[in-house]
Amino acid sequence: MATTLKGTDVVIIGLGAAGGIAALPLAEAGLQVIGLEAGTWLSRRDFAPDEIRNNVRDWPQAVQKANREVPTHRLNSQTPTTRAASHPMMNGVGGTTLHYWAQSWRLNPWDFRVVSETTRRYGASRLPAGSTVEDWPFGYEELEPYYDKVEWETGVSGKAGNIQGTRDPRGNVFEGPRQRDYPMPPLRGTGFTDLMAAAARGLGWTPFPGPAQINSRSFQNRSACMYHGFCNRGGCHVDAKNGTATTTIPRAQATGRFAVVTRAHVTTIDVDAKGRVSAVRYVTDGEEFIQPAKVVLLAAYTYENTRLLLLSSSRAFPNGLSNNHGQVGRHYFSHAQGGGVSALFPFNLNTWYGLPAQGMAVDEFADDNFDHGGLDFIGGGNLWVYADRRPIAAASMSTFGLAPTWGSAWKAFVKTNVDRVNTAYLQKTTLPYEGNVLDLDPQIRDPLGFPVCRITADFRDNERRIHEYIQERMEQWYRAAGAIAIQRNPLGTMGPSTHSYGGTRMGDNPETNVVNRWGFSHEVPNLGVLGGSVMGTSGSRNPTLTMQALAWRTADHLVQHWKAIAE
Amino acid sequence: MISRRDLLKAAGATVAGAAATSEAAGVVRDDSERRNFNTGEHQPSLPLEALTADEADLLTAIATRLIPADALGPGAVEAGAIAYLDRALAGALAPQRDAYRRGLAALERYARSSRGRPFRELATVDQDSLLIDVETGSATGSGAGFDGSSAAFFAMLKGHIWQGTFGDPFYGGNRGYIGWDLLGYPGVRTVVTADDQRLGAVPTPLRRSAYDGDLFHKATASTAPSRPGSHGDDA
Repeated sequence: MATTLKGTDVVIIGLGAAGGIAALPLAEAGLQVIGLEAGTWLSRRDFAPDEIRNNVRDWPQAVQKANREVPTHRLNSQTPTTRAASHPMMNGVGGTTLHYWAQSWRLNPWDFRVVSETTRRYGASRLPAGSTVEDWPFGYEELEPYYDKVEWETGVSGKAGNIQGTRDPRGNVFEGPRQRDYPMPPLRGTGFTDLMAAAARGLGWTPFPGPAQINSRSFQNRSACMYHGFCNRGGCHVDAKNGTATTTIPRAQATGRFAVVTRAHVTTIDVDAKGRVSAVRYVTDGEEFIQPAKVVLLAAYTYENTRLLLLSSSRAFPNGLSNNHGQVGRHYFSHAQGGGVSALFPFNLNTWYGLPAQGMAVDEFADDNFDHGGLDFIGGGNLWVYADRRPIAAASMSTFGLAPTWGSAWKAFVKTNVDRVNTAYLQKTTLPYEGNVLDLDPQIRDPLGFPVCRITADFRDNERRIHEYIQERMEQWYRAAGAIAIQRNPLGTMGPSTHSYGGTRMGDNPETNVVNRWGFSHEVPNLGVLGGSVMGTSGSRNPTLTMQALAWRTADHLVQHWKAIAE
Repeated sequence: MISRRDLLKAAGATVAGAAATSEAAGVVRDDSERRNFNTGEHQPSLPLEALTADEADLLTAIATRLIPADALGPGAVEAGAIAYLDRALAGALAPQRDAYRRGLAALERYARSSRGRPFRELATVDQDSLLIDVETGSATGSGAGFDGSSAAFFAMLKGHIWQGTFGDPFYGGNRGYIGWDLLGYPGVRTVVTADDQRLGAVPTPLRRSAYDGDLFHKATASTAPSRPGSHGDDA
């Protein structure tokens, strides 16, 4: 027998990067907000610098919800379906902002206008065949105030490269204009990143330290980063990583109007006779609860956002909530972020410590920052090198074909070379295509009996060509810094990813998009969707800050139009 | 469709299952037991938790070839990699216990059929060539009966031996910091200075587990097998 709880103004499903942001402006505006989170609270004592737990045994999946709902994946309808053993995202208050790298980029203005800018500069024929890409319903300048708000409210370290049109080569000269600098200076450089920066300058490039949602000095009464090297799939032991669990969520709670409900496993969203959402159903310890709400914000990450909509069918929405136009699950893609390049140097790099966000970027070959006139693709990639090494992963290094992978000869190789290798992280423009979709798996179910999400998606020629081009640029950079051997790694697949997009895309046209320019459903006026699932392009950089800026903007819109949306 | 009753029943089963697995994970050990693993002494006669004595002996012989003790210093066995694996198979890696039972039996059958002797009785050069067969998948379909490709078994085994050699001593391996010393890893620090990160710096090795000093709750982890080839580098 389900227990029906007292109604509230807003329910947020999922308290991660996006939901954890939206809670603050809503609660500060005086709305009563309930956050349903499948995971639990974690604190700094939970964040041991332990490679076996964090990286080998998937500590981020300690709360077993997402991990029991791992999406299946197939390249297309003709290829077999596979399922990974674990989910890359985690449940917990703060969600994946607990263990992510915390790189906090704004998208480039071009990423908002891929169709019109490509057409203008190169002609419409240069848009990749089969792509369903659209311009965003607004430009970078519309999101800029929200980027600024999130950077200052949570705390982002970095160096501006473009303040109101004034360029500064110490930052990213290719970024869109920002109203002011970051609230904190960049994370410090290392001997290795200094070496790489000098090499990039020698090539005529403009390297710069990237932005990170990590304290480079004490901020809002929290510590500066200690650079200890376990940030990658680890939480911060001094709360210097500015995930939502230490920033916006506690501040929303302090208003007295935001309640956090942990271990709430949401199963469906209910609609009333008028086709408006009326309540959210969830299960805790086998007991079912119904939480009525005037407005529901769905912020459960790309796969679960899509799955919950498809599972919430009703008379008004027979094919899933907000899916009467058949757009839920469409325009899916996961970021082309695999395919790094590894380099071997003839000297030690001393990169045993540090964190993935403490690095050096080159943006000359990202987005439309270079002329594509003679090239066979659009978009590009951001080059990123960083210091981050843990012993098990280090001992599992490539031997570059120069030694066997075990035995005494391997041991001698590793003893000499283990601190002489570095692998770059190369994030590339990725587009949505016809046929790349999310739906419900016809066979695999979660422990509650619900089908898991199924990914049908593969990279296309545009992504593969960028991958080759960017690997060449990265090799050029490493060689200029003195590397003596290079290994290019494969691009990978569009399987479950920490950077996944689409499924509930944002746009003005309800025939091709699930949510409108404010993040509210075209079909269900009091249902909003937050997260990467509303994004229609990836850009060449991490999506979290953009998801957060969009979440703040959607919450702001709700506050300003409360009566029209909620009543 | 799923009835409400089924749904709640399944939810209850899930919760019960979660409790059972976290108990079975058994990663949390009291300090007295952990200290035994940190002494750096070779302790071959520790009681086994998951492996049979034969399996442990065979694994010891294999690990001796993968990371040998040689002029560069001690290897995987001296680091306690087998003790690590045995304990893990009784806990966090329990879902892979059967894969070891079957994989080791298949490797032994392959040794007899292809080299005419049990693995441990082969000359080291033959042991190495046999392991290359297993590593490359050449032992697949040989009648030895590996589940799928022999390469998958080798990759799993190698991954766990590396964990037992280079992982935090809390888990029973890397005794006496043998693994970290081999790499020159300067150890777990909670504070790293700018000087520690400059080119040419050689930070003083800190020989301690993440759990020494009582800064952190003891490890808990999911029982899901890690993704093959993954070191958890997700941005």
